[in-house]
Amino acid sequence: MEIDPFIFRLSIFILSIFVGYYVVWSVTPSLHTPLMSVTNAISSVIIVGAIIAALAGNNESIFNEASIFGFLAIILAAVNIFGGFLVTQRMLAMYKKKKK
Amino acid sequence: MISTNLLALFYLVSGVLFILALRGLSSPETSRQGNFFGIMGMLIAVLVTFLSIGNFSTSFIYVIVFLLIGGGVGAFIAFKIPMTAMPELVAGFHSLVGLAAVFVAISAFLNPEAFNLGFSGNIKLASLIEMSIGAAVGAITFSGSIIAFLKLRGIMSGAPITFPAQHILNLIILISIIVLTYFLCVTQSSSLFWSLIAISFLVGILLIIPIGGADMPVVISMLNSYSGWAAAGIGFTLENTALIITGALVGSSGAILSYIMCKGMNRSFFSVILGGFGGTDQITKSDNKEQKPVKSGNSDDAAFLMKNASSVIIVPGYGMAVAQAQHALREMVDALKKNGIKVSYAIHPVAGRMPGHMNVLLAEANVPYDEVFELEEINNDFANCDVAYVIGANDVTNPVAKTDPQSPIYGMPILDVEKAKSVLFVKRSLSPGYAGVDNDLFYRENTLMLFADAKKMTEDIIKSF
Repeated sequence: MEIDPFIFRLSIFILSIFVGYYVVWSVTPSLHTPLMSVTNAISSVIIVGAIIAALAGNNESIFNEASIFGFLAIILAAVNIFGGFLVTQRMLAMYKKKKK
Repeated sequence: MISTNLLALFYLVSGVLFILALRGLSSPETSRQGNFFGIMGMLIAVLVTFLSIGNFSTSFIYVIVFLLIGGGVGAFIAFKIPMTAMPELVAGFHSLVGLAAVFVAISAFLNPEAFNLGFSGNIKLASLIEMSIGAAVGAITFSGSIIAFLKLRGIMSGAPITFPAQHILNLIILISIIVLTYFLCVTQSSSLFWSLIAISFLVGILLIIPIGGADMPVVISMLNSYSGWAAAGIGFTLENTALIITGALVGSSGAILSYIMCKGMNRSFFSVILGGFGGTDQITKSDNKEQKPVKSGNSDDAAFLMKNASSVIIVPGYGMAVAQAQHALREMVDALKKNGIKVSYAIHPVAGRMPGHMNVLLAEANVPYDEVFELEEINNDFANCDVAYVIGANDVTNPVAKTDPQSPIYGMPILDVEKAKSVLFVKRSLSPGYAGVDNDLFYRENTLMLFADAKKMTEDIIKSF
């Protein structure tokens, strides 16, 4: 009998939680604010769902009931992606070592 | 068009790149490279999604246009935002992730064919459950983050809002969400789906309003975690590995940060969530208020003490952020260092309104990160230092936390500021801090109170040198 694909995804999910656990504990406390802004940016990978939703409309009606929500989600996620990565970049550029 | 398997592999690659992005943050040297990995991961995910659909028609142009509109707004915000506004920016961004998750869930519910989830009115059961979880958690993240944003921005009072039977009401609503989800799965009715989202919005609001301003580090971390779980829920619905991996990473990251913040306050996660802490009802605990003597001084006294010191430790807190005093502070430290005085900074885990808030502000003011230390690293050094300069911190320096089991902050790890030879405490008045507890440090022999605005006082000290 074949394994349900859901079980595969669940495995990835559980393992990723553990990876996240160990990776995040190794983040230095002084970078906790950039950690929050970058996690914000990467969680906006939800944009892939938004793109699929937006392009699901047919050519007669680009903006139908379902695709409209996709387009709105694209805007929101895009704000987050650009805003999140750029503000993280801006913060990280400020962290400097002592000049010796 | 690329095959489904190839697509899945590419999503896996972007998931791995996201892991590397977080890994990079283990030290400031590798962090910029980490951020680059994150950007690459996102780029790959978006590009392969376009390729997989392969429908480069008019609607594709609209997708690009909407993407650029959002991206332009995001970039504008990222460049314009002052560093002191970082907590509310992050709260605002969380709300967007939450709302995006809700929108994607709605879209999937209205047009399940597009996502291979079955047909309208006959959506696969597992997908429907995942969708509901994603939408509900997303909606809670959205409205909760909006409240956090308003509180941090000062548009809404930071004081906790409590009313009778609050917790019972929340419990009833949470149960009704589960019941609604059950009936939604049975009937596939769209009105139930909309009600589920509406109620979840309400939960988000009710969850955050009772939590006070200084507990915001926990709230922001918690909402960070929620936004991850919402993304993971949608990831399961869309059967998308990148989204599942990212959701899990972000979810556990936020959870760990919440844990660190709670530990920094010696409070349980549930006591923070249940809220009400730091309300006005606790300040009434001033029954034995005898007039204790306080020594106060001016900028000349402070300058004299510091100039004759051989080592100084700076203790910044939220007040420094409010007064925007970080640049003046660094100038003062530069002047001290010119006189051969050793200066370091001590950061309490919950200083400020979000994890790492003080570190970013000091970095902005060009303070090298290797002069900035965490509580455990520096706490033993107070005993050997001549002057501790407390600027904008309060509760985290209160020795009562170590001595008085009756105190609400008893057991909280605190910076041993009182062990320094002299303590300079910059504060506008003797009023108690957020926890509503009088700070014993004010009345110590070795404490000199500097009653002034943090920035003004620091600037005056520079002039007095």
